[in-house]
Amino acid sequence: MGKVLAVTGNQAIAEAMRQINPDVCAAYPITPSTEVMQRFASFVANGKVDTELVTVESEHSAMSACIGASAAGGRVMTATSSQGLALMWEMLHIASGMRLPVVMTLVNRALSAPINIHGDHSDGMGARDCGWIQLWSENAQEAYDNLIQAIRIAEHDDVRLPAMVCLDGFIISHSIESMTFLPDEVVRDFIGEFRPKHPLLDVNNPVTYGPLVLPDYFMEFKRQQHEAMLKAKDVVLQVAEEFEKVSGRSYGLFEAYRLDDAELAIVVLNSAAGTCKDVVDEYRDRGVKVGLLKPRLFRPFPYKEVAEALSGAKVIGVLDRAESFGGFGPMYMEIASAMMSNGTNPVMIDKIYGLGGRDFMPEHAAQLIDELKEILDTGKVKLYKDYLGVRE
Amino acid sequence: MSTTPLRLKELSKKEDLLTGGHRLCAGCGAPIAIRQIMLAADVPIVAANATGCLEVSTTIYPYSAWKIPWIHTAFENAAATISGVEAMYRALKRKGKISEEIKFIAFGGDGGTYDIGFQSLSGAMERGHDIVYVCYDNGAYMNTGIQRSSATPFGANTTTSPAGSVIPGKLQPRKNLTKIMAAHGIPYVAQTTPAHWRDLMTKVRKALEVKGPAFINILASCNRGWRTPTDRAIEDSKLAVETCFWPLYEYENGRLTINYKPKEKKPVVEFLKTQGRFKHLFSPENEHLLQHSQELVDREWEALLREEAMWKAEEEKEEQKD
Ligand SMILES: Cc1ncc(C[n+]2csc(CCOP(=O)(O)OP(=O)(O)O)c2C)c(N)n1
Ligand code: SF4
Ligand SMILES: [Mg+2]
Repeated sequence: MGKVLAVTGNQAIAEAMRQINPDVCAAYPITPSTEVMQRFASFVANGKVDTELVTVESEHSAMSACIGASAAGGRVMTATSSQGLALMWEMLHIASGMRLPVVMTLVNRALSAPINIHGDHSDGMGARDCGWIQLWSENAQEAYDNLIQAIRIAEHDDVRLPAMVCLDGFIISHSIESMTFLPDEVVRDFIGEFRPKHPLLDVNNPVTYGPLVLPDYFMEFKRQQHEAMLKAKDVVLQVAEEFEKVSGRSYGLFEAYRLDDAELAIVVLNSAAGTCKDVVDEYRDRGVKVGLLKPRLFRPFPYKEVAEALSGAKVIGVLDRAESFGGFGPMYMEIASAMMSNGTNPVMIDKIYGLGGRDFMPEHAAQLIDELKEILDTGKVKLYKDYLGVRE
Repeated sequence: MSTTPLRLKELSKKEDLLTGGHRLCAGCGAPIAIRQIMLAADVPIVAANATGCLEVSTTIYPYSAWKIPWIHTAFENAAATISGVEAMYRALKRKGKISEEIKFIAFGGDGGTYDIGFQSLSGAMERGHDIVYVCYDNGAYMNTGIQRSSATPFGANTTTSPAGSVIPGKLQPRKNLTKIMAAHGIPYVAQTTPAHWRDLMTKVRKALEVKGPAFINILASCNRGWRTPTDRAIEDSKLAVETCFWPLYEYENGRLTINYKPKEKKPVVEFLKTQGRFKHLFSPENEHLLQHSQELVDREWEALLREEAMWKAEEEKEEQKD
């Protein structure tokens, strides 16, 4: 088995990239993801990888170069955060519309204004509809494992879509935890050689990428994209199964924590899930039937499976680390859709928490469980959407 | 690398890599330039194209007029896109996964190059990719209906710089992009027109041959935007050169050469008067604007002459040393 080391989340990501050894990477600095490409640049400078590093002049150009490189016919990666992802937005749609398996790390950070460099999910959630597969990660280990699996998922013949792996800025990217790395050759064999499809560099078989598609064909393009996205769900599971064989670590579409007989359920992404799990344990010790669901695959969203896992819950508290001003948080809307299409009708509340890196403490999780319990006991909901951990 | 002689007889035997049947307007200058570029190249080309008339009109799905590998991603990023393609080429070549010699060209209109794509162009040039960036400059955002760009000449009537009763068209002179690209210190920069096909094709060959980035700015008439009859593309390009509105010149490793000096420099009105976009300048109250147009042309032309003279003097000094 691989080495156990204490590293930051960014280090874990850079290390995965070194082991993946992509053909082309684009790099542009932005806190908190800067360190990823910085470390990678030193791998390039020291001959630890064979990658062509394109040190672009903006994130828009980063994603444009990734698209050009991927269409040319090789493996392509990059990393960004927040404003960087926002600047890429136009190109995110073009990467997925062209069915290019670019893999990107998103170190989650709040969006301006006001400017803030800390972790929340408004960047990733803003990219929800860009046609990228999204895998979310609780800690450095999951981010590392997800990134390696993302290569296989994105490049799968049934899928051929770009994928982003999300981890929390600073909370994970900059804090040190101990994790297990796979040996280099295990990663290399697991991801395999890149198999180009219709590469631009095949000059004997010229292809046109990015034509003008008018109403007569446009919808068929989009329908195919959606179907590829749906197929990604099974591929995520297949790849996870293979990954377990080489790593001993098991992954699904989400993590269900003490959910089997739970009457109360929390849904939460990424690092805050760790905090919540501790508090769930405390309440379980006191006999409160509470459990937790932590989505891993956010796009495509596994509605059916999530709804089945939550079908026993009578009250659900969804934690959203991103706002949809004047609406419910993005995770709440997914869970509501899941429960509705399943025909179950639990009471659901939404809590906006942790914006701009505001600490999410165990007492916040406790506060949420207390409120869920009160709703279960009284049948009364004070507010369907509210803030948690905010000054009045 | 280049083998086909630049003679019409031999060139006419080569396959056209931008086929007929595309939907650019009859008489459009852009495809004339593009076909000359493709004919000049004797190596396989992979191209990126910015959004604009050339792009939308040549690839209306399920058809494509391009017989070469071609990619369009967005408007402001042809340079960044082609730099990704070229980076992948270098990576795969180094790994022995590809053996052919391939050259890379990005095409952009003036809007996609002087304005919205300026940053990405500048970045790609600074990074030193082995690419050629070709701007086909028709002097406005034609595809969206003739809006002014920073390449639009002084005084031109466009849909966002309309010649009105208070404001007489575009008030600012053109941005001198060719000079700005020369200031990047890249190995090759040139300016030409499709009316001067041998000049254009020679420049394309030089641009493809140098190691590193090259930039060519090509004046490409647009009869819709210039408000000219559809048979004027070549004549108007010639007038642009004869009036020194669009001098033919090049920078090879920073050294300027003016490729053509008219024996008798025509007044700029000769270029302006055939085009509807300048019609309002010819009313009596706008005479000072015509004068200013002439001053702008003179200023640029004289600066070019001075610069060339300086290079010649330097060289003479060097020779005397030997
Ligand atoms: C980001 C973005 N902004 C605006 C547009 C709209 N747009 C498409 S083509 C075009 C004009 C292109 O002008 P130019 O580059 O000069 O090429 P031309 O059409 O004149 O050949 C514009 C404004 C776009 N596609 N993308
Ligand atoms: S509008 Fe102008 S640039 Fe566009 S295709 Fe027609 S002539 Fe060419
Ligand atoms: Mg134009």
